[in-house]
Amino acid sequence: MPRLTSILRLWLATLLLALVGCASTSGANPLDPFEATNRKIDAFNERVDQAVLKPVAKSYQDYTPNLLQSTVKNFFGNLRDMWSVVNNGLQLKPKETVETGARVVVNSIIGLYGLIDVGTPFGLQRHTADFGQTLGYWGMPSGPYVVLPLLGPSTARDTAALLVDRHGDPWGQINPVDSRNLGTALRLVDKRAQFLGMDDRLNEVALDKYSFVRDAYLQKRRAEVRRGPPSDLDELDEKNNDIDNKSKPNTQ
Amino acid sequence: MLSMFKDSLGIDMFQQRTATFFPWFHRVITPGLLLAFAAFGLPAHAGPQAPDAFMQQLSNELMEVVRKDPAVKSADMQKLVNLVDIRVLPNVNFQRMTASAVGPAWRKATPEQQKRLQEEFKMLLVRSYAGALSQTKDSYTIVVKSFKGSAEDNEVVVRSEIRGGNEPIPLDYRLEKNPDAPGGWMIYNFNILGVWLVDNYRTQFSQEINAKGVDGLIATLAERNKSNSRK
Repeated sequence: MPRLTSILRLWLATLLLALVGCASTSGANPLDPFEATNRKIDAFNERVDQAVLKPVAKSYQDYTPNLLQSTVKNFFGNLRDMWSVVNNGLQLKPKETVETGARVVVNSIIGLYGLIDVGTPFGLQRHTADFGQTLGYWGMPSGPYVVLPLLGPSTARDTAALLVDRHGDPWGQINPVDSRNLGTALRLVDKRAQFLGMDDRLNEVALDKYSFVRDAYLQKRRAEVRRGPPSDLDELDEKNNDIDNKSKPNTQ
Repeated sequence: MLSMFKDSLGIDMFQQRTATFFPWFHRVITPGLLLAFAAFGLPAHAGPQAPDAFMQQLSNELMEVVRKDPAVKSADMQKLVNLVDIRVLPNVNFQRMTASAVGPAWRKATPEQQKRLQEEFKMLLVRSYAGALSQTKDSYTIVVKSFKGSAEDNEVVVRSEIRGGNEPIPLDYRLEKNPDAPGGWMIYNFNILGVWLVDNYRTQFSQEINAKGVDGLIATLAERNKSNSRK
């Protein structure tokens, strides 16, 4: 399985980089002990994005027909929904599992293999879930914040979960490899195109983009993990209440 | 007031049960019931409104403006900022938001510094909020789901969802009771997708304060606002 091993290698490399970084930072944020290394990878990602991914995504958005763009988005969205159904199930969330499941069935059959999103107008909304979230749901802490080369913000837990996510992704089973890679590239460009304009806004509102993105990512992941029965939410909100809070809010 | 709160609890339980078995029914019935509930809460001028009813009303009004006001579509930044000023800011406790984002340094800051911090932070946020408004789609609706606490509490959390895209986007607010506010409540923090705004600014501000002091932070914010308005 060349695919799996390459991801494993990437992951090990990241861990190694992270450990190297450990020696060189003061660790201002307890959830970001590898900040110095993370910042370097982040800067690298930014350069790659500005040089390649962003311009390609911009051309994709400007010069391909809207119909094609929405078809691509729907198709890959449907694949992702399949994996979300599994993870919602693993998190014992009946409403999310049933609704996203019904969405996959409707979109795959009536929507021609997911090319058309029939579910949304029917009121079937997607509830995205991944394996990192499932691990978190069952109590696994997120571990330190990690910026992955090319893939961006993650945590130790979510990086490990990526292995399973990639395996549970139906697109990974596509053969031959050429078509699969082409599709993966298209998927990436589609994803980036959806976030065009967002980085401009980020540059406006953030004083330090790196820590702004980091804090937002960690907050968002924490919310995704704990989103469930309302009683859980209440308990954690109490802890996170910010009135005259002198300590850092980022405690897991 | 108490019976109203019980009503809302009843709706919640009802929703949860029906939603599990029949999601479409839930989509139709939820906005209907909430609208009915919001309407029920409207004549409550004698006392403060229930916080969820207040937020539903404010959200509906704002979405109405987004759909109808040509200023929103034109993406004219000055008009958008005015709109936010008139429609949104009277319901926001900006001093508390700023104090909380600045953290312990707030108390040591002079009144003049506090005033400047508040002004610059406000400008930074209003501009980006106005930009986000102009990108809002007409098909979006905001549905208030529930609130944490009771109507007697001085501080509550109201949960809502932006619907109309293919995935519901969670949007929560922290409100404090304020008899002087137009709706009886003031927003002092909010989150989108689980990211609380004030919390996310704490690191931003403390980094700057640690490096350059409160005046340094004010200067950085002012500079940023200047460069943003040139775009």
